[in-house]
Amino acid sequence: MILFGLAVLLAALSGVPGLLLRKRGGEVAAGMLSLAAVFGLASSVWTLYGGAVWTQGLPFTPLGSPGLLRFDPIAAFFLIPVLLLAACGSVYGVAYFGDTHEGARRVRLLYGLTTAFLALLVAAAHAVTFMLAWEGMAITAFLLVITEDREPETQRAGWIYLIATHTGTLCLFGAFSLMASTLGSFAFTGFSSGFASTGRGSLTFVLFLVGFGIKAGIFPFHFWLPPAHAAAPSHVSSIMSGVFLKMGILGLIRLLSWIPDPPLWWGGLLVVLGAISGILGVAFALGQHDLKRLLAYHSIENIGIILLGLGIGTLGKSIGSVSVQVLGYAGGLLHVLNHGLFKGLLFLNAGSVIRGMGTRNLEQMGGLSNSMPVTAGTFLIGAWAICGLPPLNGFVSEWLIYLAAFQGLALSRLPWTVIALSALAIIGALALACFAKAYGTVFLGQPRSAEASKVQESPRAMRGPMVLLAGLCIALGLAPVLLIPALDRLVSSASGVQALPSLAGFAHLGLLSAMAALLLGLACLCWRWARPASARKDVPTWDCGYLAASPRMQYSASSFADGLVSGLRFVLWPQFHFRRIAAFFPTARRFHSHVPDPVLDRVGAPGLDLVARGFTLLRVLQSGQLPLYLLYILITLLTLLIWMVA
Amino acid sequence: MLSDFLIALIMLTNFSLVTTSRINKSIQFAVLQGVLLGLLPLTMGLWRIPHIVLLAAAAVAVKGWLIPSLFRRALQQVKIDREVGPYIGFSASLLLCALGTGLSMLLAHNLPLKLGTANPLFVPASLATLFTGFLLLVSRRKALTQVVGYLVLENGIYLFALLLVEEMPLLVEAGILLDLFVGIFVMGIVINHIRVAFDSIDTRHLAELKD
Repeated sequence: MILFGLAVLLAALSGVPGLLLRKRGGEVAAGMLSLAAVFGLASSVWTLYGGAVWTQGLPFTPLGSPGLLRFDPIAAFFLIPVLLLAACGSVYGVAYFGDTHEGARRVRLLYGLTTAFLALLVAAAHAVTFMLAWEGMAITAFLLVITEDREPETQRAGWIYLIATHTGTLCLFGAFSLMASTLGSFAFTGFSSGFASTGRGSLTFVLFLVGFGIKAGIFPFHFWLPPAHAAAPSHVSSIMSGVFLKMGILGLIRLLSWIPDPPLWWGGLLVVLGAISGILGVAFALGQHDLKRLLAYHSIENIGIILLGLGIGTLGKSIGSVSVQVLGYAGGLLHVLNHGLFKGLLFLNAGSVIRGMGTRNLEQMGGLSNSMPVTAGTFLIGAWAICGLPPLNGFVSEWLIYLAAFQGLALSRLPWTVIALSALAIIGALALACFAKAYGTVFLGQPRSAEASKVQESPRAMRGPMVLLAGLCIALGLAPVLLIPALDRLVSSASGVQALPSLAGFAHLGLLSAMAALLLGLACLCWRWARPASARKDVPTWDCGYLAASPRMQYSASSFADGLVSGLRFVLWPQFHFRRIAAFFPTARRFHSHVPDPVLDRVGAPGLDLVARGFTLLRVLQSGQLPLYLLYILITLLTLLIWMVA
Repeated sequence: MLSDFLIALIMLTNFSLVTTSRINKSIQFAVLQGVLLGLLPLTMGLWRIPHIVLLAAAAVAVKGWLIPSLFRRALQQVKIDREVGPYIGFSASLLLCALGTGLSMLLAHNLPLKLGTANPLFVPASLATLFTGFLLLVSRRKALTQVVGYLVLENGIYLFALLLVEEMPLLVEAGILLDLFVGIFVMGIVINHIRVAFDSIDTRHLAELKD
């Protein structure tokens, strides 16, 4: 408890010395946040591996019951990505945003504050404490998103984010009020069995799902996510994607832990939403040219995978199948940590590339693996992990979800498990294609622009966090067996109070570790054996005998993905802008393609325009004549008076 | 008995207010109404209570001397023609005012109020005055006559507050008076600025400010 308190305090204050110091504020902030991470991780690990759960009353009693912090295994688990990524991001930020950058002080202050709010949020055990931390997080995140607020694109992203997050908060207010009117208190306690099947229970679930879904970026509510992630500075995108989205998942987990008997359709709905988010997230990622937007759509995909795991776990709880429940929850929750690690890493890599290139456009990059070996290597590890390939951590969690779905299929023959299995397979394949495109376009081939050929590797402060996160991805992939006790405590805490058998009985994680180590050793051997003794590195790829092949003739990001994007035309609706070439000696022509977001660009923005146009009709009422306005008041008053009397 | 008479006079001034075509006259009527209102608590047999006497004196001073002097200054500054310039004709205004008075009688009769010992004419008279004030605000064009409308509106509110005069603390009543004074004072300045900006105090010009 003392460790947790120290961590929160250190994180909250980490930006303050930077306000006073002229130089080295970034280093101080990074030091304080790293110390906070050490303290917080120590308390997390202690709680997850058998330490006692503590409860701390806060010195205020909102709405009749004392405000509470409760550090249970769920809180301990979610605290790990929060502090780990925040510390990595702040170290990274030292070099990414030097002391000379105009927004550096503001970003450091807000970065520390948002970390403190996140840490409080994971431990909140009272609706008021939860909402306070939730809003604190949302608003500091908004201020972080609009760091570069001179860009109109950033302003737009900021507004969209603010509207989305407050819509979610509104839903949460409704949901918590319903919860309190059922339980009689705003403190977090379990619902009685039978509540979930009532109409009120369903309404509570749907409101929570929408409120948390907006934060998590579940598919129809994901629209704020790509612009906000693209607009924020990279180390902010890194915690936004790695941590902020997970707070929506944290909320869902808390909700599920309160329900002893979820109806079957809850799990089914989670699985369907997960499948939609996963497949559409990765499909839209394929069509992006902006590196950070691409990664943002992959966040939606991974939230989908997490939901698939949670949905199947909930189905297992509904049908009373312990193995499905344990495997599903363990897979979903482990993917929360894994996604935090590799997506945080990938955003840091993206920031490193963008800092060198000065653009986020994939079509201008190329050949960066020569000039940025560390960034390229760690990006490869992150991409490998996110595609769910063995032996990295992404594979472990997806494998657990697969196991859960197969178990569910074998035990119950529910259609949801088939949806989950096919969705996971599609997501895996498309993610691999998408990262082949991203890695290939950014790091392989020849530089496509002058900037790309002059790029330098990022400074050590930026490389360090990337290497650390990549190392953790590998470690968790090779030794998932170490996580079993923690996952056991976590899963039984997420399922409510019931005692559950250990995960070790359902998934042979030890065998997985051995296989992974064997595979990795074999791969290393093959690589050593296959590597030619003295390869010249500066020779371009063989160009099939064409004369004067230039870097512009390489596959571009769009052309690489074109097969899949065209194949998925019926969902993606890509737009092409070009004029067909008819003459024999054509002049210079332009070709432009983009994939608009289905919710924001096709429904949200036109819909809001329509609403705005509807409201302009009401401007007839605003004539500018003062007497007329007074007449309105008079009429209202008289109507009210007569209505009251009659 | 005397208070009945005063209330009748107040309601008569309402009718006079909507029919006068001269700005000067309408200001005088509004001031007269204010003075009558200021005297009203004394006629209710409350003249032994010192703070009510103090209040009545203050109300008469503000409404009978301070506000008219502000009006006079505004009139001199803006050098306007003396016509009121109504949107609605005088006979129509009179009819509307009569209608409003009748309606307020009806409403006051049916309103769920606990009147206690107060004069039963208070509520209809105050509603009628409120309505007259609103009518003046809505139907008059010049900024100055609109200020008269606000003044009459406030008189209606003051009359309603008299229902509670025994319970209401001095501070609240004094606050209302101060409020009124500051309101009129600020409006005098605003009117002058309207004249400077538009070369007239016709509020129709303000429509140009709409975005």
